[in-house]
Amino acid sequence: MPAFDAFRPLALLALAGLGAMVLSVSVGSAGLSLADTLAALTGSGSELNRTLVLELRLPRTLAAFATGGLLAVAGALMQVLLRNPLADPYVLGLSGGAAVGALLSMLAGVAGVIVTASAFGGALLSTLMVFGLAHGTGSWTPTRLLLTGVVVAAGWGAIITLLLALAPTRELPGMLYWLMGDVAYAGSPWPAFVLLVLACLLVIPAGRSLNVLARGPLQAAALGVNVRPMEWTIYIGASLLTATAVTTAGSIGFVGLVVPHMLRLVLGNDQRIILPACALGGGALLVLADTLARVVISPEQLPVGVITALLGVPTFLYLLYRSR
Amino acid sequence: MDTLQARQLVIDIPGRTGGSPLNLTVEAGQVWGVLGPNGAGKTTLLHTLAGLRLPREGEVRLGEYPLTEVRRRSVAQQLGLVFQDRQDGFPATVLETALIGRHPWLSLWQMESGDDLNRAEAALKALDVVHLKDRLVSTLSGGERQRVAIATVLTQNPDTWLLDEPTNHLDLHHQVAVMQLLKQQAEAGRAIFMCLHDLNLAARWCDHLLLLFPNGEACWGHASQMLVPSALESLYNQKLITVEADGAPVFVPAKG
Repeated sequence: MPAFDAFRPLALLALAGLGAMVLSVSVGSAGLSLADTLAALTGSGSELNRTLVLELRLPRTLAAFATGGLLAVAGALMQVLLRNPLADPYVLGLSGGAAVGALLSMLAGVAGVIVTASAFGGALLSTLMVFGLAHGTGSWTPTRLLLTGVVVAAGWGAIITLLLALAPTRELPGMLYWLMGDVAYAGSPWPAFVLLVLACLLVIPAGRSLNVLARGPLQAAALGVNVRPMEWTIYIGASLLTATAVTTAGSIGFVGLVVPHMLRLVLGNDQRIILPACALGGGALLVLADTLARVVISPEQLPVGVITALLGVPTFLYLLYRSR
Repeated sequence: MDTLQARQLVIDIPGRTGGSPLNLTVEAGQVWGVLGPNGAGKTTLLHTLAGLRLPREGEVRLGEYPLTEVRRRSVAQQLGLVFQDRQDGFPATVLETALIGRHPWLSLWQMESGDDLNRAEAALKALDVVHLKDRLVSTLSGGERQRVAIATVLTQNPDTWLLDEPTNHLDLHHQVAVMQLLKQQAEAGRAIFMCLHDLNLAARWCDHLLLLFPNGEACWGHASQMLVPSALESLYNQKLITVEADGAPVFVPAKG
């Protein structure tokens, strides 16, 4: 595909992402006009508006964008690895494993990068368990894989509930979001953003090999792909992306399922386009979903995971129904 | 070109103990046919020769080097493989499918160029599927998919072709067209090595034959020396009637 055709959808998605972010920072309990928002973003306007936009809303919006992008890219990568559009970090238990890892380290009283490392450990353990068990003696069949993933995810869910029951009461509100992701408690958005940009840059050289891998491991090996190292890189990469997303905003489900599916319908399945498109589209979707979560029962706020699940569950069921 | 060579090669079939080691070289210009009943290990042999699975004993060499020491990408520039069954992953068009044959030839940073597109289209044309180029492969008939798979390897343009039942699902006309295409590739200096179910296609188009018996025994050589009715009868455990047509022997299974 010529480069020109490839960039147009990406440019459109980038515009959509920007639009979603501007909307997100201007909507809220105190609504701002577009002009006020843009003024605050460029550093002019009233002091109050600047504080509201730059310090309260913008970090949350950026965190939502980065998290959505990471989850969508992780989902798209897992789908290539398994040649199955139903693969998703939440459904397969990666998010649950990452949440347990993060919670354990928080209960142990540590903070910062160790929480992320612990979440990464949890996600990786979950990946190994699901793929190891589902692979068994035969090959990955969609049903086997999904069942294993769903059961492992349910196990993680139980452990999260147990940890929450054991946790001191005063910490509960801040911890509940591990069950149903919420960007309201997001920390700094920058680690997630940097990782998202890195992932998109790595896709440029790896994209064509991913395309070949999507045809099956034997076909890929026959066309010169080093299948094993490539598969391991995807396992570890997807786990890292998921872990970072989970430490930023808890375990938000189904973004990795819905976004790649929608984009493939429109853009085809060239990973060099789909993966950056997932980063942009996933970001835009989660920003919009979070905006909706903030306003739908305003002044109360919903965890954004509720919105993504309401979108994701029908998509998942439809895909499962169609896949025989 | 670097020739593909089996040295003391015993393929790894679960539960099989014996077997005669294979020692053969697939030279440029040769068309090899592998014959054998179901389960004799034809597909396993092809995958072993392509380096996709390890042999139990012996080695496969590509030119001077053991296949395991050659980089996968460099192997893919020299060896092409048409699989017997294809895994359907994500939907892909016919043109996209043929175009992945260029993968081993492009560097990490390269996008497919107009030249690559032209090669893929020429290959699709040669296999008579160019009119389907924008269709999804999953919507094609079995024979059309088979031709797309062959077109992908034609786009890949390797020195040595390995093919697993290339005439599966093909109608008579396209069987002949595919065999003709392979013959032309051999005449242009490529080497062809294929598993075949159809004894008569092998008798007509192959100049070398390898007979694989279910117990792992094997014999190989010039087609004229291998097409002995008694050997073929014991190979398939089936009585045959031999007739001559168009200058070549034709084998018909006897009734009962």
